[in-house]
Amino acid sequence: MTVDVALTKKDFTSDQEVRWCPGCGDYAILSAVQAFLPELAIPREDIVFISGIGCSSRFPYYVDTYGMHSIHGRAPAIASGLALSRPDLKVFVVTGDGDGLSIGGNHLLHALRRNVNITILLFNNRIYGLTKGQYSPTSEQGKITKSTPMGSLDNPFNPLSLVLGAEATFVARSIDSDRKHLTSVLREAATHQGSSFVEIYQNCNIFNDGAFDVLKDADTRDAATIRLEHGEPLQSATQSVIRAADGSLELVDGLRDDAVRHDAHAEDPSYAFGLSRLTTPTPIGVFRSVERPTYDRLMAEQLETARAAASDDADGMLGALLSGTDTWTVA
Amino acid sequence: MTTYPQSPDAPAKPVEIVSRVVIRFAGDSGDGMQLTGERFTAETAGLGNDIATFPDFPAEIRAPAGTVPGVSAFQLQFADTKVLTPGDHPDVLVAMNPAALKSQLPITPRGATIVLNTDEFTRRNLAKVGYERDPRSDGTLESYQVHEVAITALTLGALEGSGLGKKDAERAKNMFALGLMSWLYNRPREGTLRFIDAKFAKKPLVAAANVKAFEAGWSFGETTETFAVSYEVAPAPMPKGVYRNITGNLALSYGLVAAAQKAGLPLFLGSYPITPASDILHTLAGLKRFGVRTFQAEDEIAGIGAALGASFGGSLGLTTTSGPGVALKTETIGLAVSLELPLIIVDVQRGGPSTGLPTKTEQADLFQAVLGRNGESPVPVVAPQSPADCFDAAMEAVRIAVTYRTPVFLLSDGYLANGSEPWLVPDAASLPTVDPAFTTELPEGGFLPYSRDPETLARPWAVPGTPGLEHRIGGLEKADGTGNISYDPANHDRMVRLRAAKVAGIARSIPPLAVDDPSGEADVLVLGWGSTYGPIAAAIADIRSRGGNVAQAHLRHLAPFPANTGEVLRAYRTVLIPEMNLGQLSLLIRGTFLVDAVGFNQVRGLPFTSAELVDAIEGLLGNGTTEGSA
Repeated sequence: MTVDVALTKKDFTSDQEVRWCPGCGDYAILSAVQAFLPELAIPREDIVFISGIGCSSRFPYYVDTYGMHSIHGRAPAIASGLALSRPDLKVFVVTGDGDGLSIGGNHLLHALRRNVNITILLFNNRIYGLTKGQYSPTSEQGKITKSTPMGSLDNPFNPLSLVLGAEATFVARSIDSDRKHLTSVLREAATHQGSSFVEIYQNCNIFNDGAFDVLKDADTRDAATIRLEHGEPLQSATQSVIRAADGSLELVDGLRDDAVRHDAHAEDPSYAFGLSRLTTPTPIGVFRSVERPTYDRLMAEQLETARAAASDDADGMLGALLSGTDTWTVA
Repeated sequence: MTTYPQSPDAPAKPVEIVSRVVIRFAGDSGDGMQLTGERFTAETAGLGNDIATFPDFPAEIRAPAGTVPGVSAFQLQFADTKVLTPGDHPDVLVAMNPAALKSQLPITPRGATIVLNTDEFTRRNLAKVGYERDPRSDGTLESYQVHEVAITALTLGALEGSGLGKKDAERAKNMFALGLMSWLYNRPREGTLRFIDAKFAKKPLVAAANVKAFEAGWSFGETTETFAVSYEVAPAPMPKGVYRNITGNLALSYGLVAAAQKAGLPLFLGSYPITPASDILHTLAGLKRFGVRTFQAEDEIAGIGAALGASFGGSLGLTTTSGPGVALKTETIGLAVSLELPLIIVDVQRGGPSTGLPTKTEQADLFQAVLGRNGESPVPVVAPQSPADCFDAAMEAVRIAVTYRTPVFLLSDGYLANGSEPWLVPDAASLPTVDPAFTTELPEGGFLPYSRDPETLARPWAVPGTPGLEHRIGGLEKADGTGNISYDPANHDRMVRLRAAKVAGIARSIPPLAVDDPSGEADVLVLGWGSTYGPIAAAIADIRSRGGNVAQAHLRHLAPFPANTGEVLRAYRTVLIPEMNLGQLSLLIRGTFLVDAVGFNQVRGLPFTSAELVDAIEGLLGNGTTEGSA
């Protein structure tokens, strides 16, 4: 999968008019993805974007690769079938907090535990956009929306805790407006062998505007985020994460020398899980990146083993199958 | 001339020649009745008899022992002539316990032979099934020829010193029963002995015990005074060739593998286990050497989703399920209609609604297959008519799916799935092929994913990995030609009609509906679909043998119907449609052709008996005033 002629962002821009609301965070993500795809040096025809339903799921129409805008919540299942039958392709799934965590939660979890070779981008805006503003499974409790005039009662999901529990081998978080950070996370996610999951905080300026402002505003962002770099200390501008006496991660004030150094490759997921529970400040970057055999490779190996023992005579093999071992002849 | 293996032991007692026999083995779920039936079937098929089988078992794996709900039965009919059904009623009932007797007696006609395992007729076992008095002595069985055999005790006796404990030794009693029946009908024994050795290769003690029990049953028949004669059924005349016995689920699996191979497409099954379809998943999982990928998904929806994803990538996508699973897959089937990609949906129907009767047969998913989606969402529907025919029906479903870029329903049912019959094994090299005709080059003037073949109206199938043909498809309405999102009213109307016309046009590629009306004087036509073929044909053969005139036609294609269907139906005064539902085909026929069809409907979880169909048909014969009553 290499290309002779270097591709550019323009090569990944389709001729379709982009129809998100002006000011939507999806534009920034689309632009970052289109600009980063040439770096993969994979021919356009070998890349596929598969989505479900929702604002984010219009994404495939705008990227000039193969693509499928499918049905609500089912993109991970469809992408799994494609990736398993075509291990030569690079398959992306684009989903949202409703599509991926509500109606399609089951498929997301199972794709991750199998470690199918797909890269899942979950745009989390903590609201339902396309159905016009109901609360989502990541909306904070008490959210006032059209369907919850007295406040939502549901306890929200923490998407990263959830996918870590589902045995995901690559888990990361980034922010729509931070082009440089988003690109670096996408790069690592796309080259990971197996399922990679990236939560992208995305602003819905119509129904949930400003949900992530504290992580974005120049005045607050440095104190509000912990930028995860493998081997670097876990610190915001003002706080550090240390090991408490009981072994858990503890947030303390000040930039301390005993801050825990980030280990994205820790086999034990409880470290990444502990990180995922930190909300203020919010860690962004790669939480976990470990190697585990991918489902598509294991499936391909079983097929190869079975075929190696089989004959080259296709009709002969089929004939033997159809006859079985217990035949009789009418002469 | 038919050749078949001879049993080495010449029977010592007189042999009576009979033409056809129906045997029903019945016992506890754990008694091994299905295995016993299958082995008897294999020996009988090998002898050259025509044969049809009907396994009839509960949904529970081991229902409480000795109870009526726990009874598992296996019925087969074999004959020296054509066999169309497993038989309405047994001539011979083998009842391994009181529960088996109690549950099967109502369908066992007076005069039949009953072999009882008399050891199980204890006071406690009788009470368990509500027999207040012993049916062996209270006159219940007066009109039957009863053979009381101490099957358990004789088995234990034969296995004394075998090294097996009592419990394990007792488990071989089904082999005793099989040995006895094999002697009674002069079945060869070598196949069964070989089978036992292979099955218990790792447990030589158990293998030896089963062989001993089988032989003890055989010897008991030979020496006991209870059985004065044995019987022989001569081979049936059948077309030349190599035969095997095959169940519907196996034939269907093989048909899909063969069709995929002949199309040059890798087969991808996405599935979730469900009775009575799971055996297809099991079979295909063992065929990786044919390049078959099987994916046991997290649910029914993911099963079909993965299959559709594989079709997008250029595989032949397949999902297998039963009615409740189809309900979950429905949205994805709609997506496949919109994407216009090949996809096979196998529905092995069972009793519904909801969980219904998982192990019992029904034909009540016809509406679900033909009509059960949102929007105008036409899907072709193909149905096999017998276990072996599942092979041809599967190949036909693949032909339609690949040629027309469409999801196709393959509607089998529990009766076909588990039933078996002899199959004239086709020559693999001469099976029909179908060309997937992938688009691989950028056409002049650009690539239009929703352009259409003028003959079939099929759209191009261009798979990821093909340079220059990158395109996006989805469930939103698409502009004719480009496939871009379109909300234009006129375009939607055009696309809805195009999809409908494409599926309707499949009728041009299927054979006309054939009518079997040898006298040409029938004024009643019996129209069927699916697994009712056998009982209907048997009933019609019976009526004709007594001089009656009645015509038969059977639909393989339920959507679209063959082009001549209306013409065929209108040529008869009365059209009778027997179905294992409350009249679904009747309503489709009435609505499509304005033909006043008469329904004959039962939903008992059981196939029709030919006798009840004879009554239904004869009620319409020679009665010019009969009008539809559906």
